[in-house]
Amino acid sequence: MSAQLKMKIAFKLFASLTDYLPADRKGNRLELEVDEGTTVADLIRRYNVPEKSAHLVLVNGVFIPPSERIRHRLQAGDELAIWPPIAGG
Amino acid sequence: MGWNRKVLRVDLTAGTCKEEPLNMQWAQDYLGSRGLATKYLVSEIDPKVDPLSADNKMIMATGPLTGTMASTGGRYTVVTKGPLTGAIACSNSGGFFGAEMKFAGWDMIIFEGKSPKPVYLFVENDKAELRDAGHLWGKSCWDTEETIKHELQDPLVRVSSIGVAGENQVLFACVVNDLHRAAGRSGVGAVMGSKNLKAVALRGTKGVSGIKDFRAFMKATTDAKKVLADNAVTGQGLPTYGTQVLMNVINEMGALPTRNHRDVQFEDAGKISAEAMAEKRPSDGKSQLVTNAACFGCTIACGRISEIDKGHFTVKNSPKYWGASGGLEYEAAWALGAANGVGDLEALQYANMICNEQGMDPISFGATVGAVMELYDMGVITKDILGIEAPFGSAEALAKMVEMTAMGEGFGKEIGQGSKRLCTKFGHPELSMSVKGQEFPAYDSRGIQGMGLTYATSNRGACHLRSYTVASEVLGIPVKTDPLTTEGKPELVKAFQDATAVFDSAGICVFTSFAWTLADVQPQLDAACEGEWTMDKLNEVGERIWNMERMFNNAAGFTAKDDNLPPRLTTEPAKVGPAKGLVNGLATMLPEYYRIRGWTPEGEPTTETTARLGL
Ligand code: SF4
Repeated sequence: MSAQLKMKIAFKLFASLTDYLPADRKGNRLELEVDEGTTVADLIRRYNVPEKSAHLVLVNGVFIPPSERIRHRLQAGDELAIWPPIAGG
Repeated sequence: MGWNRKVLRVDLTAGTCKEEPLNMQWAQDYLGSRGLATKYLVSEIDPKVDPLSADNKMIMATGPLTGTMASTGGRYTVVTKGPLTGAIACSNSGGFFGAEMKFAGWDMIIFEGKSPKPVYLFVENDKAELRDAGHLWGKSCWDTEETIKHELQDPLVRVSSIGVAGENQVLFACVVNDLHRAAGRSGVGAVMGSKNLKAVALRGTKGVSGIKDFRAFMKATTDAKKVLADNAVTGQGLPTYGTQVLMNVINEMGALPTRNHRDVQFEDAGKISAEAMAEKRPSDGKSQLVTNAACFGCTIACGRISEIDKGHFTVKNSPKYWGASGGLEYEAAWALGAANGVGDLEALQYANMICNEQGMDPISFGATVGAVMELYDMGVITKDILGIEAPFGSAEALAKMVEMTAMGEGFGKEIGQGSKRLCTKFGHPELSMSVKGQEFPAYDSRGIQGMGLTYATSNRGACHLRSYTVASEVLGIPVKTDPLTTEGKPELVKAFQDATAVFDSAGICVFTSFAWTLADVQPQLDAACEGEWTMDKLNEVGERIWNMERMFNNAAGFTAKDDNLPPRLTTEPAKVGPAKGLVNGLATMLPEYYRIRGWTPEGEPTTETTARLGL
């Protein structure tokens, strides 16, 4: 059996979700090495971000609807960014 | 009733203050605040009037919910013909001034003519008089407010005033109330300055009477407040992080206009974001953000109160700026920061304070600095002309330019004309990032397509507060739409424009619309105001207001050609991010928008449309 291939991605949590990042975070960003095939939902779960707090989910700036998070596989170099419910103006 | 049924008419030329009854038919057709004041204005002035002449008028108006227990019911509006644009100007502000006008027994104050010397208006319930303001002229908004309160020996007087920028008729001067709140855009402060009107000071002790059905109103406002509290955005997101939380979102999306819209992402966005404001500074171990704050009657409290780093180069010798003061909102942080490539959060807070202190719109100011820096980069504006070096990213240049512009010194006089006049003067009108002469706010329409149509068709020039499709295209409120497509955007923009006109005219804050729809506002208005206020009627009122404003602009000389974007946004594709390769698709959206508006291909409401809306 071959070892699971790894890839590098960036994981970013903003606003109140920053608390879910480990202490060695750089600002809001964490560089991770993850298994190929890792989905958006996998990472949300791994960092214990409550489902309803992961409100706005962007991969490379593109919105991922809640229903697709479980299916959306990350690619090497992807930037996954997540916010709780927020607004501005 | 909701309305006090009383208008104060101030003839500045003659020095008189007269009471007249509110036109109640117009109140039924245009609701209040933005809509009703605009109806008065367009009925009383020549659309071609020079905005800075004595023949222009300026109206300060409340809405039927202003001063009531409706959440955010503290708003008032300043309506006039705008000097920055030559279009209708209509800027609203929170704080406490609007509610005080209501408590003094008035719905609106109409200013006409021009005073021969500086004056301020003092209103105490029914009593209204013009007072000498010779000793206030030359003072900042902050000093003016303090001096008036001291003179009147009444800390509860509410003051709206102009600073030195308004006196000098900086074309994006604003009117500041309660120190940090402003009727910000289109240069309403310059109109006030042109009339020699330094300030308006109000004291009202009457409360609000005449709610149509008090019991129903209590229920409607309580229910609506619960909706705000239970909603994650208005209940937690806005109070905790303020509007500034958008900085990283919009940057991720590749829709953060950077360096005069050359770029769509800013490498230092994180350094000027809400998260950075809440982070402890290495220099003094304190965060810039001190607390949040609320306007009158607001149960959201999105406001920011900040404290600058005392050791920062901008203030280290100026202790007067060391205390807590109005903090950065998203639009201001973007305009002062990303638009110029400046990533120094403390410098942005300094510039923001000067804008509040001397009464300038930080959006138009910051965006104009962006244009200056681009012209400097191109070698068109040199150090000799400017007096300083001004490369993109220079916090020193930003700090110097805000002082020069506020005080009308040197090249600051040119900046005070706004980017359109400045860029035209230096031979590059295409570099003014504006529509109808007013600078863009903080969303790049290549990455958020609906905002291109919003900007192009906004009745007061480029503006996000006339139809905030960002709510839908970015935040999914009320439904998520794809920001990268033009499809469905004409309908979306029209719906937002008409609904926003109702929120503005009711006297409440548009930020409630992150949780409320018109269906949440309707029972509050229906219980407060005489007459039947159904959803159909509200939708029609919103559409009527929009068309009325449009007709004023058309009569002032605007045509379909002015519903346009600078060529950069329609010919230079975004370089990175999700919108990479895209320009704004305005040409696809505009004809469809005119069609669903019931306008001709030339952008004029058809006779059927005007007849249907009773215009
Ligand atoms: S939401 Fe913010 S701007 Fe609106 S009324 Fe409340 S504090 Fe003021």
